[in-house]
Amino acid sequence: MQQRRTIDQIHTNRVLLNGQLDTPKWWAPTVIVLGIIVAIGFFMIGIMVNKGLGVTGLSRPVYWGLFITTFVFWVGISHAGIMISAILRLSQAEWRRPVTRAAELLTVFSLLTALMFPLMHAGRPWRIIYFILPYDFARGIMPNIRSPLIWDPVAISTYLTGSTLFLYIALLPDLGNLRDRTTGWQNALYTILSLGWRGNPRQWKLQTVGGILLSALMLPIFVSVHSIVSWDFAVTPAVEGWHSTIFAPYFVIGAVHSGVSAVVTMMALMRWLWKWEDFIRPEHFDALARLLIVVATGWLAFTFLELIFAVYGLDAPELALRELQIFQWPWNILFITFVITGYIIPVGMWLQKSVRNNIALMFWSSLFVNIGMWLERFLIIVPGLARKTPFVYTWESYRPSGLEWFILFWSLAWVTFLMLLFSRFFPLVPLFEQKESQTFSDSIKIGRVKVPAIVREAD
Amino acid sequence: MTLQREKRDYSWGMVVDVDKCTGCQACVLACQAENNVPLNLQDRFERARVMSWIRVERYWEGEFPDIKARFIPIMCQHCENAPCEPVCPVFATYHNNEGLNVQVYNRCVGTRYCANGCPYIVRFFNYWEPVWPEAFRNHLNPDVTVRSRGIMEKCSFCIQRIRRGVRNAERENRDVVDGEIQTACTQACPTDALVFGNFMDEDSKVSKMKKDDRHYTLLPHLETDPNVVYLAKIDTDKSAGESHG
Repeated sequence: MQQRRTIDQIHTNRVLLNGQLDTPKWWAPTVIVLGIIVAIGFFMIGIMVNKGLGVTGLSRPVYWGLFITTFVFWVGISHAGIMISAILRLSQAEWRRPVTRAAELLTVFSLLTALMFPLMHAGRPWRIIYFILPYDFARGIMPNIRSPLIWDPVAISTYLTGSTLFLYIALLPDLGNLRDRTTGWQNALYTILSLGWRGNPRQWKLQTVGGILLSALMLPIFVSVHSIVSWDFAVTPAVEGWHSTIFAPYFVIGAVHSGVSAVVTMMALMRWLWKWEDFIRPEHFDALARLLIVVATGWLAFTFLELIFAVYGLDAPELALRELQIFQWPWNILFITFVITGYIIPVGMWLQKSVRNNIALMFWSSLFVNIGMWLERFLIIVPGLARKTPFVYTWESYRPSGLEWFILFWSLAWVTFLMLLFSRFFPLVPLFEQKESQTFSDSIKIGRVKVPAIVREAD
Repeated sequence: MTLQREKRDYSWGMVVDVDKCTGCQACVLACQAENNVPLNLQDRFERARVMSWIRVERYWEGEFPDIKARFIPIMCQHCENAPCEPVCPVFATYHNNEGLNVQVYNRCVGTRYCANGCPYIVRFFNYWEPVWPEAFRNHLNPDVTVRSRGIMEKCSFCIQRIRRGVRNAERENRDVVDGEIQTACTQACPTDALVFGNFMDEDSKVSKMKKDDRHYTLLPHLETDPNVVYLAKIDTDKSAGESHG
């Protein structure tokens, strides 16, 4: 039975704006520590650009390693936003309301981070401007549009633009709210940012229509972004384990799995750190866990399809790759960890209702998913390259250098840092959505029991 | 399927007679010297970042004591239908109309995507700025660009020699004579196991050798259509059909 407490609007304003108006004590030290890690990370990247990619553990033939893995990982995380705010919005799932902004924010920041990885992993990043912007019209050399690497930045920047607009439109009513509650420079900031929001019916209508239109427009991106990322690998006939026709849907569903899990992790943190127990409730975790069980199982089916293709076709190189991936040291230990943390532990836990309603357990299980999903990408990318093909005369595996590990760690700190910085100036839970859900909620009587119900937005 | 290209005068290619290869590595050294390929010191072997545009692979066949060493020289196959070309975002590698898979160093941004695409693993990435000992500085070939760090490089079929040969022929108002243009590796090969020439010319040595019954290409199932043709090893103690490189 869902519990639905009635929360009055004054209480909602006071609690949900605590990040801006009454900043918690832990905020400043945390941001400073993260800021130091971020600064060191940028310094490391600087060293790498200055000295060359020799500082990484990459070799021949393992030309792509931790950076591309982390790139795919962050693009995967970014699918949280579109799943929660577009698909659940269009399918009118009411429980999405408190988490829409956090999910969208995670999308924006993880995409920004993801975009940095292909840039820094290139040999001459300063020349990448060539292929993000069409270059050298004088000699008539356009970027090669047959290359998936051209479509990557196109897809990601489209997604980034759409998500940023979406985030901003949903922020407008709350910015107006903040403007009315602040003084001094903050008031000036919010006055400019709220674009003259007064909350009259016409503005509300435009804001709602804008949100719905954007979520509908962004639906194709849901399919395209990770499909294009998967083609980075799928178009390569030389690498066994990359050249697969099911990569696009496989990557997309894996991305939803990791993205939605990241939202669960973030919800638990928000509930603990800002004490939003009234707004982020166990029923939200319950709903997300139910969704995740379906997504994770679909994704697992794809994972096993990949193996079945090898066993069914009995193609020797492909069998050799799967053998390497699953049974040979050190990939075997990674593979077992990946299956256990990516599926068996979390889904096994989520099947219990008591776990779905337990915030701490949900937090840990969702963290496990993302460890597993990072390993999944690593296991797709590296063993395919490291396999002993007929013409590799240096049979060397891949050992990421300390610098690569630190940059991976940096990316985690960087996204957290950006999120915390955002939380200082803008509310993480949309106030108006929260109030709207209160207005729309109703209860109906079935026999002797009162059951919560929803008044639909449409008609 | 091979892309239809415009009519051309040259289709450069190489025939490698594996039967004649003794595995002496002269081609490897010649290539290193001709094309300013950085020195492979201990560090490069340890980090698996060895660069050699042509390499001689060694395979053992049979069980001791009845064991044979097999050698096969491998360089860029200059595929007509190259998997490395479509993936390059900046056209740093493309197919020219002389059958060469060319690498334009200036355009390369170092995504290393082409290297992942290459099934023969003949593309090399400059992880560091190349350095030569002071004494070697004046030995560098002035006709060949020294590649900086962060870009890909690979066998060019000694394009500087091809250009010089064609230019000389044009200046003297004649056709390029077969055998006039030699790559560094074919020139150095003591047994003539490597032969370079123009497949477009029906009478050239490579065209005739290509018609040999022993001819095959590497990884034919990928349909890359290489411009390097191999002639299989002849084993006297085996029936002819079974043996190859």
